[in-house]
Amino acid sequence: MAPASTLDDFQREFAAALLGEAISATGRALAAQPGFAVYRNTVLRGCIDALAANYPTVATLVGAEWFDDAAGRFARSQLPRDGSLAAFGQGFADFLEGFEAAAALAYLGGVARLDRAWTEAHLAADAPVLAAATLAALPPAQLLDAVLVPHPAARWVCSPDMPIFTIWRRHRERAPLDDAIDWRGDGGLLTRPGGAVAWQQLGACAAAFLDECAQGRPFAVAAGRACPAGSAARIDTWLPALFVAGAFTRLGRPQP
Amino acid sequence: MHALTAGLGLKADHFQEALACRAPGLWFEVHAENYLVAGGPRLAWLEAIRGVHPLSLHGVSLSLAGTEPPDAQTLAGLAALVRRIEPALVSEHLAWSRRGPHYLPDLLPFPRSGEALVTICAHVAEVQDAIGRPIAVENPSHYLTIDGHEWGEIEFLAEIARRTGCALLLDINNVHVSARNTGLSAERYVDAFPAGRVAEIHLAGHRADPALGERLLIDSHDTPVAAPVWALFERFVGRAGPRPTLIERDAELPPFAHLLAERDQAHERLAAVAAAL
Repeated sequence: MAPASTLDDFQREFAAALLGEAISATGRALAAQPGFAVYRNTVLRGCIDALAANYPTVATLVGAEWFDDAAGRFARSQLPRDGSLAAFGQGFADFLEGFEAAAALAYLGGVARLDRAWTEAHLAADAPVLAAATLAALPPAQLLDAVLVPHPAARWVCSPDMPIFTIWRRHRERAPLDDAIDWRGDGGLLTRPGGAVAWQQLGACAAAFLDECAQGRPFAVAAGRACPAGSAARIDTWLPALFVAGAFTRLGRPQP
Repeated sequence: MHALTAGLGLKADHFQEALACRAPGLWFEVHAENYLVAGGPRLAWLEAIRGVHPLSLHGVSLSLAGTEPPDAQTLAGLAALVRRIEPALVSEHLAWSRRGPHYLPDLLPFPRSGEALVTICAHVAEVQDAIGRPIAVENPSHYLTIDGHEWGEIEFLAEIARRTGCALLLDINNVHVSARNTGLSAERYVDAFPAGRVAEIHLAGHRADPALGERLLIDSHDTPVAAPVWALFERFVGRAGPRPTLIERDAELPPFAHLLAERDQAHERLAAVAAAL
């Protein structure tokens, strides 16, 4: 008598049959039963539905049929690793940017990054919001050396040449799409100042400043790099809005 | 604390109504994985609901029947959530859903062998150790005929309960669906189920497979509870006495009032059974 198939053998065969990989006679016999399709559909549908929930703007822009096809391809190439599907699809924007069928939709990857930013902002840890007054109260020398630590729920996404935030925001706010879109790059900041995720337009200087802060650079360095002398967008025109949005959580020390 | 009678799955769309509802015996169940998050509004909602209603945490990804131990990060997250929420019930499924690094979002079947029994008992014990309390293990829906079963499902579940001290969750829609799909008697199943171990009952809707029709029923949770499932429920609680009973609805969500009416139906049955004892 042949040795009984082990639990591991069975699950290897079952998973391979689910994912359409090479299988032995055992796997083929399972997959040949009509009920096997229920598992195959549930697994794929679970991934696609999670992506649709996590990328609602992308799903609205491209329609259900297109989205299901793209999401199904993504899910088959990058199966979930976490039982919590609320965060599934981390690489979906990269996937869309390399997806042939999306080549004509150059803004889609950026919009997907904003959807992702919303999910990450929504699920991020709770933390206090740093008030502008705390910064203002510092003596000048300490102010220049202070590091503004981005809030765990702060996310920002910019595009150099695509109005991704305008497109994303109009879908999220269900604003009319018939207004002509100024077709140049823009960006958005997502934060969670009062519990719920909020968003606002973010200029290139402010985005660069946040990038510098996230790298642990002190205020003076970050401001100088983000907003070079003679730059059109003076720091006092955009910095207060970052504080109001709750973009920072505390003052930190410069990274060595 | 009031006694739990019939509960509802908690859906984000119904949060305000769930918070305000004061139906007697009402409780809510959530998929634990949806709340294994670092922070933010989800946990705030859950804590607000917990402030007024008992909660049940229902796991879907611990993969008790998987060959590898439950994911350490998930387990740590679940333990923290249990400490934070102090749920009335914690449950998982007699199924697997992980393979290597991948999570396959479904509740997958396996041959009920002696090896599977030992593996599952170790995993149940690990979960119970991590959260410091017993869990209830749920009978799954079946769609396949699988070779290699050395145990009947009821005897297998009873043995897991005996070895680990866990409770059981009897999903009566799963019993109905599985019995129809694999040609067994649902009545005989609910009659033989170890009533003393049952900490919770699930009731849900199902639908016929679009291609195969009634020959293949799918545990879809997107319709009201069907008449034969209500009949099995009455049969079981008539024998076993009342148990916390969940109306499990995950898709094609009707208004909250419709779900509450369905829940009230279960509540009234449980109250009648309790009164008759």
